[in-house]
Parts: sequence; C-alpha cells; structure tokens
Amino acid sequence: MKLHRVAAIVMRQLYLLRGSPARVLPLFAWVAVDVVLWGFITRFLDRVSGAGFDFVPMLLGAVLLWDYLARVMQGVTMAFFEDVWTRNFLNFFATPLTIAEYVSGLVATSIMTSVVGLLVMVLVARAAFGLSLLAYGPPLAGFLAVLFVFGITLGVLGTAIVLRLGPAAEWLIWPIPALLSPFAGVFYPLSTLPSWMRAVSRALPPSYVFEALREIAAGRMPAPQGLLAGGGLAVAELALAAWVFARVYRHAVRTGLLARYSAETVS
Amino acid sequence: MTAPVLAIDALCKSYGRTVAVDRISFEVRAGEIVGLLGPNGAGKTTTINMVLGVLAPTAGGIRIDGVDLRRERSKALTGTNFAAVYAPLPGNLTVAENLGVFARLYGIRDRERRVGEVLQAFDLVRLRDTKCGVLSSGEQTRAALAKAVLNKPRLLLLDEPTASLDPSSARDVRTRIRDGVRTTDAGALWTSHNMLEVQEVCDRVLFLSRGRILLDGDPRALPAQHGRSTLEELFIAVAREPLSVEDRG
Repeated sequence: MKLHRVAAIVMRQLYLLRGSPARVLPLFAWVAVDVVLWGFITRFLDRVSGAGFDFVPMLLGAVLLWDYLARVMQGVTMAFFEDVWTRNFLNFFATPLTIAEYVSGLVATSIMTSVVGLLVMVLVARAAFGLSLLAYGPPLAGFLAVLFVFGITLGVLGTAIVLRLGPAAEWLIWPIPALLSPFAGVFYPLSTLPSWMRAVSRALPPSYVFEALREIAAGRMPAPQGLLAGGGLAVAELALAAWVFARVYRHAVRTGLLARYSAETVS
Repeated sequence: MTAPVLAIDALCKSYGRTVAVDRISFEVRAGEIVGLLGPNGAGKTTTINMVLGVLAPTAGGIRIDGVDLRRERSKALTGTNFAAVYAPLPGNLTVAENLGVFARLYGIRDRERRVGEVLQAFDLVRLRDTKCGVLSSGEQTRAALAKAVLNKPRLLLLDEPTASLDPSSARDVRTRIRDGVRTTDAGALWTSHNMLEVQEVCDRVLFLSRGRILLDGDPRALPAQHGRSTLEELFIAVAREPLSVEDRG
C-alpha cells in the first residue's frame, strides 16, 4: 500500500469540498437540524413525563450517535459516488492505484467528513440542550469506535452494491441506516422487540452500543462484554464487506464493467 | 535490438461465446509508435483496456517493460499512461487539480514542476484553474493528453487522441507525441480512424478485424502490398471483406 496514492484519493475529495459550498454544507447542516429537532422533542418529553427521567442522554445521545454512524457511511459512499458521477473509474484504475488504496482513500475521506459532522453535533447538543458526550465516560470511546467501524462496513457494502448494479442502485444505499435503525434499538431496549427482530439485532454491532448507552443513562455501568462483542462483530463484518467489495471489483474487471461503467452499460 | 516496451502474447478476451479478442500477439518496441486499426468492434479498445489493467484477459499474457501485468499490476502501470476520447478528466476539478491528483497517483516527486511543464507543453497554462467540465472538447482532449504524459510513461496508449481537435491542434499534438516518444525511447499504441494521421505518425500498423490481427506492416507500404492505392482503401477493404486481404504470410 502506497500512501501517496491513498493521499491522491483524499486530495481529490478535498479539492471537491474546497471548490463547492454545496458539498460542504451537508457535512454539518442536516446533523445540526437533527440535533435541534430531537433536542426539543426530548425537552418536551422531559416536561410531560414527570417521572424524573432524563430523556436527553438517552434519546438525544442516541440520535447523535446514530447520525454519526450514518455520516461515516455516507462519507464513504459520497466519495465513491463522485467517481461514479464523473465516470472516473477508467482514469483511476488505469493507474498503479490498487483497490485497497482506493478504498483506504474513501475511508480516510470519511474520517475527515464524519469528524466535522460529529463536532458540530456535539457543539449544538452541548450549547442548546446541555448534553455532554463525555458524560458517558470511558465507554464513549468504544461507542464511537464500534459505530465508526460499522459505518465503514455499510459504506463499503453500499459501494459494492452500486459498483455491481450500476448508478441506478444509488437509491438502494441511502435508506440503509433507516432500514437498520428499528433493529439496532436506537431509541428503545431490544427487549421491546419480537424475538425474530432481536435475532437480527444481535447481528448488528450498533445494538450493543445503544444497549450500553441506555445502561449508562439509567445510572448503571454496562458490562464490557456487550461492547466487546459489538466490536468483534463490527470488525468481522468489515472484513466480510471488504471481501464482498473485492469480489465485485474482480467481477467488474472480468466483465469489462469497470472500463465502461455507466448507467447504460450495467445490466 | 531493444527489449519491447509492450509484449502481448496470445491475448484472448471472450464474453460467453462472443470472442472480442482472439489470440493476438504483437510487440511495441522502444521509440516505436504502433497504430492499432480496424473497424468499430474489431477489438481495439478491448485490447487497450486489457493493457491498462481494467479488463481481465480470458487468456494470454501482457508484459509492460518486461513486467507481467497480471502478477505486478501496480509496477507495470507505473510506467504506463493513456488518453481516450471516452475518458475525459473529471469535470468537477480544475485542470491543475486533476493533474495534481494524477501526479500523486503516479508517485511523481516534484509534482508542481512537472504539472507546470505539461500545462506549458499542451498550452493549458491559462486554463489551469478552470474546471475541466467547462472546457471545450478540444481543450479537454489537451488536458487528457497532458495527464497522459505526466509520468513520462514508457508505454503510452492513445485511443483516438486527436478526434476532437482542430487540424492545427491535432498537428501540434502529433508532433509533440511523436517527438516525445522518440526522445524518451518510449513506445506508443495509437488508434485512429484518420488514415492520413496514421501514415504520418505510426511506424507500424496492425489491422484488427473480429478480434484478430489481419495485417502487420509499414503504413506507407501496406496499401501497395495488398493492391490498394491508399491506407484508407485498405482499411475499407479490411472492414468489408476481411478475408480478401488477410495476411497469409
């Protein structure tokens, strides 16, 4: 792996961001809107529940972390879509660039863009609703790590789907976080779910994060095994996603899809 | 005799029962420009895509400067570059930004200086901060050609490089590439449908038809050898009646 080639992929995305406010705005605007919306919802729930229960760390914290995961995923897929929209695969893959370097460049881009989104969310949540992520204590590092790895997994899987099925499959990718959120138990304990949904939840690393988050919000220290299981699952699923992407790439090279990639050429 | 810059051995590409490239073998030597000619669908672009590593051959081997493309893809492609009308530089970056990205991909050390050199060489200095998407088709072609020589490639693949250029720019580009290939001892594979251009630029031509090499020779001598008065007539004969002109030697 050559770092200068990974840097080239990152530089391309930085140039795009530098030259286009329309690309910069979504990095933080929608997450800020989400935090404000859910901030007021939690404030309202705090007022009407009257049970002395603090919804802010549970609901607003969950929204913030779930948005972070979605940002990580979109960081990968958006960087990939820039190459889809400009039909740039032939230019890139006719250079010494390897597929591992290309995906690493997408991941590095996602780290940068998701950190921007996370910082904005943390600042808005803190300033407007008094939520400090640091209140979650040391497990916060685990939460962010597991969600980051799973966000990358979804991003890599999403790009593999679009590479295989063509640009029209883009619409399949955007709703993935929304489709997973009921199973991940973002806003409610997994015990709320029917058993078949819980079986799916157990395969989703974020479900372990949000269970642990609720433990902390309830004033209890979560057992480390849950978060460790989520982390292990996230790493294993990332490896699986990378394997799927590599297979799809090899198929694209074998069939000529990579050389003539466009909406018209993908069947 | 110098070692070949490109050595292709029994190269095949099939899509199911359709054979796009059928066991072709040829070489491009240092300092040589080889024209790859043939009607649409003859297998020219398929061959180029296989040499660029973006299309896997069904069988056969490709060596670039002695390096096996299949086994050492990155190393082989470090000394290769291409320009094609169907692969413009991304339109959402400026000319200089695009060249900067590709300079990194090729691991060019003094990027600023090299980008400045190719901008100068292809008359792009005043367009360096213009997004490629708003360039005229001729300017886009010049930008793609600037990218193609950025890494001083040992093997240059040019798929109809002058198709969208005006005659004056096309002549400049031909001269620049021909001189560049000669002085750097590189090799070039050049496809074109402009037979006058081919005669002017290429040292040797390969006529492809239905994935096979029918003829191989000097573009100035081949027409007479096959009873045709011009290269264009020979091209038309290959396109319409390939069996009548097949090189049986």
